[in-house]
Amino acid sequence: MVNLAVNLAGVELKNPIIPASGTFGYGREYAELYDLNILGSFSWKGTTGEARLGNPQPRIAEMTGGMLNAVGLQNPGIDAVITNEVPNIAKIFQGPVIANVGGFSLEEYAENCRKLNDVEQVKILEVNISCPNVHAGGKNFGCDPKAAAEVTKAVKAATSKPVFMKLTPNVTDIAEIAKACEDAGADGVCLINTLLGMRIDLKSRKPVIANRTGGVSGPAVFPVALRMVWDVYEAVKIPIIGCGGVSSAEDAIEMMLAGAAAVEVGAANLKDPYACKTIVENLPGVCEKLGVTDISELTGGAHHG
Amino acid sequence: MKKSLFTLEHARQLTEDTYELVLSGDTSAITAPGQFVNIELPGKFLRRPISICNWTEDALMLLVKVVGEGTKELVRCVPGTELDVLSGLGNGFDMSLAGEHPILAGGGIGIAPLYGLARRMLERGQNPTIALGFRTGKDAFYLEEFAALGCRLLIATEDGSMGVKGFVTDCIKAVPECDYVLSCGPLPMLKAVHSLPQLKGGQFSFEARMGCGFGACMGCTVPIKDGYKRVCKDGPILYKEEIVW
Repeated sequence: MVNLAVNLAGVELKNPIIPASGTFGYGREYAELYDLNILGSFSWKGTTGEARLGNPQPRIAEMTGGMLNAVGLQNPGIDAVITNEVPNIAKIFQGPVIANVGGFSLEEYAENCRKLNDVEQVKILEVNISCPNVHAGGKNFGCDPKAAAEVTKAVKAATSKPVFMKLTPNVTDIAEIAKACEDAGADGVCLINTLLGMRIDLKSRKPVIANRTGGVSGPAVFPVALRMVWDVYEAVKIPIIGCGGVSSAEDAIEMMLAGAAAVEVGAANLKDPYACKTIVENLPGVCEKLGVTDISELTGGAHHG
Repeated sequence: MKKSLFTLEHARQLTEDTYELVLSGDTSAITAPGQFVNIELPGKFLRRPISICNWTEDALMLLVKVVGEGTKELVRCVPGTELDVLSGLGNGFDMSLAGEHPILAGGGIGIAPLYGLARRMLERGQNPTIALGFRTGKDAFYLEEFAALGCRLLIATEDGSMGVKGFVTDCIKAVPECDYVLSCGPLPMLKAVHSLPQLKGGQFSFEARMGCGFGACMGCTVPIKDGYKRVCKDGPILYKEEIVW
């Protein structure tokens, strides 16, 4: 028997596999396909204070080894999520839920997190700091250590739940940002969000995505994410949720060896709606082959010796 | 929705860039004409959404126009190839709303779902008129199959090389007694059909670049009068009264 349980800042997950925000909605579509209770947790769609309609079409493009998206944080807004989605989540999943929260100002981040204080099933707040900071001319909070720390502090002051800051890879030194979040009181970090990219249509000579640029995800980004998890593990003591291009149980284990305490699976869900289920089912067998009896021992395993 | 393997049984080239594919497999998830399948292709990350032309209990018929790398890869598959397919996606047409004499209006590759739709409407005792538009006669396909249904069939080509010279809207105007349309085709065609004053109601099939095809990623949402809809899950069929151009 392999013990698959992991611990994220005091929150026990029955296994380390978590569908990543933005690829799993609020669970409804996948609950039609399989029992979500096999998952360690799931991270719901990035939710902002107000409803957002998102970006114009097209929002999606193909690339070798992955995809680009520019959905633009389309979501019904935090109040509608609490009213309409939270009760449904309770029906389809009984484990700990990660609430991904977006915002465009410190006040909005804090307010959105505060509104989740009474939502018992939300055990972890995952704060997406890849949104443009409207107060600082649109620069992402996550691109500047000071701004990242400010969001962390604002959110920590508004909640008693564990706060994981979700970091963007579009920076020179992600470990510096992670350290700033840790110093500001973050209970953990989640990385990486998508890499900024673009495609151009040869015939129209225009960007394929209406928003011009989009976020790159899928297997192609896995080594980039892995390297960043490695760097951040060297820099901080708080737990890391590794995310980026994970498509198999082997990828998840590799991510843990780099330093992840748990693993998010994103784009793979869109290609194969059963991806997370398959990974969870394959984990014990892969662990057994590797002689692993307790999966949490893997975290940071590649750093020792 | 069901994820299962289909086997390509047969591929037939219909025009320079359009093919008919017949696949065998479990079609039990398909519940209405106008739904689509999402097909995984070798070497491609994203699946390719393809409208269902027709289906039986164990066979799936698709009409595919080569528009890019994915569709090129799809029509290149040889018989015997196994394909991973998500089937029964989308809402499909609601035939019960269409009355006894609706008009089915399709343009180019958009005619594909209208074939299966017409067959099922005939089974239900409805008597649709079919209007098909193509750029030129050389681009026209599936005419024999449509003709064999025995419905009134109207053809328009932009250059007049086949049928009436003009657009599918000209065909619809020629049958003013038809006041309900079920339509699939390029966006400008849908828009032109939508604007015809003779139509009291209608259903319009939209296409979009999709991420997942089953409603999870919000990659294909479009605004409607009262909010937004996901083309893949809430569509691809949108209703006349809710559409925003």
